[in-house]
Amino acid sequence: MSDLDIPAARASVFAGLRLTKTAIVAGSILLLWVFLAFFGPTLAPHGEAEIISTKTFAPIGEGGLLGTDKLGRDVFSRLLYGVRTTLVLALITTIIAFAAGVTLGFAAAILRGWFDIVVSRIVEAFMAFPSTLLALVVIGALGTSIPVLVCTVGLVLSTGVFRVSRALGMDIGVMDFVNAARARGEGAWWILSREVLPNAMAPLIAEFGLRFTFSILFLSGLSFLGLGVQEPAADWGLMVQENIGGLFLGSSAALIPAGCIASLTICMNLLVDWFQQRQQGETVLEKIDQ
Amino acid sequence: MVKLIINRLLQGLLTLFLASLIIFGATEILPGDVAEAVLGQNRTEEALATLREQMGLNRPAVQRYGEWLGGMLQGDLGTSLATKRPVADMIESRMWNTLRLTLLAAAFSIPVALGLGLWAAMRAGGALDKSLAMGTLALIAVPEFFIGLILMKIFAVELGWLSSSANTRSYYSFWQNAQALTLPVLTLGFAVLAHMMRMTRASVINIFSSAYMEMAALKGLPKWRLVLRHALPNALSPILTVIALNLSYMVSGVIIVETIFGVPGLTRLLIDGVTLRDIPLIQACAMIFGTVYIVLNLTADILSIMSNPRLRYPK
Repeated sequence: MSDLDIPAARASVFAGLRLTKTAIVAGSILLLWVFLAFFGPTLAPHGEAEIISTKTFAPIGEGGLLGTDKLGRDVFSRLLYGVRTTLVLALITTIIAFAAGVTLGFAAAILRGWFDIVVSRIVEAFMAFPSTLLALVVIGALGTSIPVLVCTVGLVLSTGVFRVSRALGMDIGVMDFVNAARARGEGAWWILSREVLPNAMAPLIAEFGLRFTFSILFLSGLSFLGLGVQEPAADWGLMVQENIGGLFLGSSAALIPAGCIASLTICMNLLVDWFQQRQQGETVLEKIDQ
Repeated sequence: MVKLIINRLLQGLLTLFLASLIIFGATEILPGDVAEAVLGQNRTEEALATLREQMGLNRPAVQRYGEWLGGMLQGDLGTSLATKRPVADMIESRMWNTLRLTLLAAAFSIPVALGLGLWAAMRAGGALDKSLAMGTLALIAVPEFFIGLILMKIFAVELGWLSSSANTRSYYSFWQNAQALTLPVLTLGFAVLAHMMRMTRASVINIFSSAYMEMAALKGLPKWRLVLRHALPNALSPILTVIALNLSYMVSGVIIVETIFGVPGLTRLLIDGVTLRDIPLIQACAMIFGTVYIVLNLTADILSIMSNPRLRYPK
């Protein structure tokens, strides 16, 4: 009996995902990048900083598979090394932003009172200030290093996460089942982990996707300005900055990593879009059509 | 309304004060002090002492903050550590380039965004609306430097119509200026266009679906009157907010654009300051951009108070 149930359950998992064509394409591209983040360096024909040719800015197909960069390094290999840097840094940054933002946001929503007021005011002060500028001031004071970069951007992004999770926590916090838990005398931690968090999961996942995209953009922007990941490490934003001069020599060494970042962020956005639509049922556009 | 606006202005002042605290505080969170950080590993005790003396680090932080803020208010932005010149002089020569770039980008992007947003809202759900939705989604998702590079590749490298360097000279003719500035203006414009368009579309659709619009349509009013007389006044407040928010978003967009096209503007000064760890320069630039950002947000709020009759004549 139970043997028969399994395939049915599996089928319903896939049917339950309600994948659209866009979601499948975007998801596959993202999976490919994740796969390359794990295995890219093993697949790369050359080393991360290995100079393979005396010819700099060689066009596609000459020297390496995708040409060489300003120092004669293999663009293809650096791309494969860079995907790990780019994805891992963005992931750590987003996790920091979420750990800080969600904890404080839910705590503010559940504890209320002076804690909520103090934290909300501080977050508002930070949000009233452009996030890029904030990151630049901190990096200017502390200098560029990976830990400084990741923590700064993570904390800058956490203000947005705080706002979303506080609003979610406030909404869920007044539900009957939370009141029931309060009446039973459950502690704040129990209410947070057992009542609020499970119900806030879907919007938080969507938020995670958006923040992840944003941190890719933010970090690659800083790398592009020369303030993020430093040479000889490979990072896509850094590769764009290094090779922008080659644009006039017919080299695509700057365009390829820029395109890769774009593919990453566009696919992530499409996936988040699909996820949100799936949660809400019909999309706005579909509703108007009817 | 006056009370509301004054209230909002006071809030703005408070935010500005908090922003100055953040900017000043960011350089104080260092273990050790700024002098140690600036000089780095190979510092000598004498150099450290000289720099501390020069930056006045021997005095308490509160006193230094007071002096810094007081100086800012009187137009004294401090002295650069790297060039030993007054920061105000360095900024003055760069300010015009940044201002020109952002104003031109605003002049390009605001009408286009409003027009396209309105158009998409009128044909909501149609092929045009859907393709614009896809286009804006992509435009929002990609980094500014991607847009800049693509434009540069097409118009400067392949076609050779426009210049890739926006470093204009005073003897440039109008045509040369236009050639130099078109690409950075377009890049910055595109960076804010998509958001503005989507928000315009959303607020117009929101109004179109309201009961009084249905009523007006049922009365048989012509479509232009429907849009101009009934929808637009109510859409004005959200649209004004959108515009001001996106102008303030340009503060971060312009950093990337100035770097791509080599504009000798204010943000290049800031980036150089960050690279050289020229703390007084960073603080001054950050304070200027922060003020512009906060003032734009404030303007958005005040405009939306003024364009909303319910807020203009509170009960």
